[in-house]
Amino acid sequence: MAAVALACLNIACRRDMQDQPKYIPLRPSDFFADGRSARPLPEGTVARGQLRADKVFFTGKVGDQFVDRIPFPVTRAVLERGQERFNIYCSPCHGRLGNGLGIIVRRGLKRPPSYHIDRLRQIPVGYFYDVITNGFGAMQDYSAQVAPRDRWAIAAYIRVLQYSQQASINDVPPEHRQDLGGAGTAKPAEAKKPSE
Amino acid sequence: MSQIFYPSTNTFSRLSIFGGIFIVAFLVWAWAELNESTYATRAKVPIQQPVPFSHEHHVGGLGIDCRYCHTSVENSSFANIPPTKTCMNCHSQIWNRAPMLEPVRESFRNDSSIRWIRVHDLPDYVYFNHSIHVAKGVGCTTCHGQVNKMPLMWQENSLQMSWCLDCHRHPERFVRPRSQVFSVNWQPPPNQVDMGRKLVKEYNIQSLTSCSTCHR
Repeated sequence: MAAVALACLNIACRRDMQDQPKYIPLRPSDFFADGRSARPLPEGTVARGQLRADKVFFTGKVGDQFVDRIPFPVTRAVLERGQERFNIYCSPCHGRLGNGLGIIVRRGLKRPPSYHIDRLRQIPVGYFYDVITNGFGAMQDYSAQVAPRDRWAIAAYIRVLQYSQQASINDVPPEHRQDLGGAGTAKPAEAKKPSE
Repeated sequence: MSQIFYPSTNTFSRLSIFGGIFIVAFLVWAWAELNESTYATRAKVPIQQPVPFSHEHHVGGLGIDCRYCHTSVENSSFANIPPTKTCMNCHSQIWNRAPMLEPVRESFRNDSSIRWIRVHDLPDYVYFNHSIHVAKGVGCTTCHGQVNKMPLMWQENSLQMSWCLDCHRHPERFVRPRSQVFSVNWQPPPNQVDMGRKLVKEYNIQSLTSCSTCHR
C-alpha cells in the first residue's frame, strides 16, 4: 500500500513541470477559435529572404512556356538527392521505374501515365517541376512536402529514369556490365546481333 | 501485574529487525519497478485515435517511407504530424467513401484539425531534436520500435532519462549507417559494436551527457 501511495505521489506531483503553459508544436490553444496555436499565414505573407523573385526557379516557366533546362548545375549529388526524394514521394504511385505502377495504383488509384511515353520524353523538364508544384489531374500538389530545389532534383531524376529505360547494354561502360547481374550477361549477345 | 513479554518474544523481535530490512528493501524495489512499469511510462499501450490509423498497413503493407508524411523530421526538432491534405493525396480516391475515414474528409472539407492524441509526449523540461539524431545515424525504429507492426501506434520505449542515457553514453551500440536510418527492416548486425565505433568516428558523434544537453 505504501509503495503504491508513494508511486502515485511520484507520478501525480510532476505534471505541472511536465506540461508547462507554453506552446510546443501542435499543442492546442484555447485562445483561437479553431484551436490551433500555430497560426495560418495571412495570404500574401512573404518571409524575409523568401521573396521567390527567381521566377524560373520557382515556377519552372518563362512566361507561359516551360523551361527545358534545370536552373542550376546537375551534379551526381543532385541526382542522388532526386533519386532519394523520388523514391519517398513519387514512387508510391509512379513506381520506382516511373512506369506508373506503384503500390497505390495497384491498390486502386487512377494509373498515372508512364514517364516512358513519347509525350513525356519530349516535354520540357519544367513541366515536371510544375506538376509537382501544382498537381495535375488526380495528382495532388506536393508543394508542402517537397521543397523547390528538391522538385528540380526529382525532375532531373525523372530524366535519368527516362534515359535508363531506353538504354541498351552498349550504353553501360564495360566495367559496370557485370553489376547488372543476369541481365548484363544475357544481353550482350542480343546487342551484338544487329552488327553481325 | 503480569509479564508483558515472554522469553519467546525475543525470537519475534530478532525476526522483525532482520525482516524489517527486507521489508524496506522490498518497498524500494517495488517503488522502482512501478516507476519504470508501463503503467507509469505508458509504454506499449496502444493509443485510441479519432481515426484508427495503422502504421502496420501504411508502412509495413504499402512500404511508404516515414518521410512521406513526417516531412520535417530531417530539418526540424519536431517530426510533424502530417496535415489532412497528405491523407487526401491518396484517400481522395482510395477508400473515399469509407465511414472510418469520415473524420479525415470532414477535416479536409471544413479546414479543421483532426485532434490526434499524442503518443510520444516528452516532459516540457526536456529538449529533444529529431533532425540531429536522424543526421547522426539514429534510426527511426531504434526509438520508435517496429512501427511497421503497430496497427495502432504505441510508445515503444519508456522515454525515461535512463533510457536516453543508455544511448548517449554508448552510441556505438545503437547507431546505424545513414543510408539505413529510415529503413524499418534494418536489424543490428552481429558486429554492431565494431561497426558502431567506426560510425561514431565517421559521423563525429559526441557522447553528450551534460545536464544542459537536454535540460536547457
